[in-house]
Amino acid sequence: MANDDREKSERSVSRRAFLKGGAIATGALSAALIPAVGAEAQLPDAVELDPRHSTVALKVNGVAYRKEIPNRTTLLQFLREDLKLTGTKMGCDRMQCGACTVIVNGRNVYSCTTLAVEAAGGEVLTIEGLAKDDVLHPIQQAFVEHSGYQCGFCTSGQIMSTKVFLDRMPNPTEDQARLALSGNLCRCAAYKKILESVMAASRLTRA
Amino acid sequence: MMDNFSYSRPATLKEAANQLGKEHGKIAVIAGGTDLLGEMKDNLAAPERLVSIRHIADLQGVRASASGLRIGAATLLADIVENPMVQERTPLLAMAAGKVGTPQIRNMGTIGGNLCQRPRCWYYRNNFPCYKHGGNTCFSAAGENDFHAIFLGGPSYIVHPSDTAPALVALGATARISSGSRERTVPMDKFFVTPREDVRRENILLPNEVLTAIEVPTAPAGSKAVYVKEMVRETWDFALCSVAAMVTVKDGIVADARIVLGGVAPIPYRVAKAEAALMGKPLNEASAAAAGLAAVDGARPLAKNGYKVPLTQAVVKRALLSLA
Repeated sequence: MANDDREKSERSVSRRAFLKGGAIATGALSAALIPAVGAEAQLPDAVELDPRHSTVALKVNGVAYRKEIPNRTTLLQFLREDLKLTGTKMGCDRMQCGACTVIVNGRNVYSCTTLAVEAAGGEVLTIEGLAKDDVLHPIQQAFVEHSGYQCGFCTSGQIMSTKVFLDRMPNPTEDQARLALSGNLCRCAAYKKILESVMAASRLTRA
Repeated sequence: MMDNFSYSRPATLKEAANQLGKEHGKIAVIAGGTDLLGEMKDNLAAPERLVSIRHIADLQGVRASASGLRIGAATLLADIVENPMVQERTPLLAMAAGKVGTPQIRNMGTIGGNLCQRPRCWYYRNNFPCYKHGGNTCFSAAGENDFHAIFLGGPSYIVHPSDTAPALVALGATARISSGSRERTVPMDKFFVTPREDVRRENILLPNEVLTAIEVPTAPAGSKAVYVKEMVRETWDFALCSVAAMVTVKDGIVADARIVLGGVAPIPYRVAKAEAALMGKPLNEASAAAAGLAAVDGARPLAKNGYKVPLTQAVVKRALLSLA
């Protein structure tokens, strides 16, 4: 079983590498088709080659990124596949589960249903941006101490929603916390522990 | 994954409208994107170009107007819920907007999008070739119709999924619509379209038109209002049945009543008979019960949604009693 898994992952890595090679080759081919006008800098960029691509500039966890992407790229895909920030998870990809929750301009949103081009110019905060060096954010600390998870797949989304909630409401009631996290589902149903973690986090962040 | 598309982010409404006029049917307006992107992922829509209107300043924000409030169509639902002017002058709208989806959805979705969203019918969403997709049948009529219409059904039996729509109809709001060159205003109760009028769409917007703002008159002095939403679970769902009720009691008797239902008809459904049952009476257990009964007069449930009749009756009564 373990061998099978490893084989699969090796195969998919090599397939990805192959696709990457392909993309580069296509780019080279398109470039070759453009009449050479001298310096490389004068070549039209890909935005002009394909109107279905855009160059997106946004800040993620304080770092500015700029990249040309297909317009259909969701913020979730951009984070995970382009920036390799895989702490944000894809669950349903339909705005139903909340695993993909990130913070854009201070609001928690579903990154699966936010276009990266629509978020362009914005400031994104993901789970990777919470800890300072080796020190966990108080919300992360609370989730660890109170086991606010079982499998952990929904956890980064739960924590990002908690962050926005506690920033706005540092001293909430349990009912307010329940509502604030109602857009984040947990298939393990660790809700009791998640709620405990949120309330503990509110005490820690106030401390 | 969605098909790819070209994308523009015009700075003004005029610029946006010019782009919409060019290729009918191939262009979609995107604001919050919560409905459209789901449709694109499920192959219900495949626009070749998206015109983003969420960043247009004119479509943003809540402003005081002579008669009440002017709310830009691209204003986020979360901003409406929290806006002090909305809470003070039209609390019914704040309540209804607060019942939409989840915190994330309210942080993404706009009021215009909430009013213009497509139906949630599972046949429609699963791409059955129904009326809404240009076919010639409604699969829910003889199929799985647990969540479908008990009023104004046929030939399609969708229900209107919006929470803000019943509230805005009850408040007597007006929709402002623009095609760039032509502006028109339409009372909210004329904005929505029954399947009998046009089975393909749910509102009167033409392909080159954009809903730009909602004008909401301040709720009458002395009025009380409530939005009650019944769901399969306690939160994060579309309404099985919802009630937007606004009642003015003067000298102990009901002088004005607006009762509009969501989730039970293809449009927000104002129940004049229920309003009439209240007028001139004190607001109490007996009049609320009579209004509940009157609200479901003429209901025509399908095979599997009969429960919506007593549910609606009870929710209307409960909503009214909460105002007594």
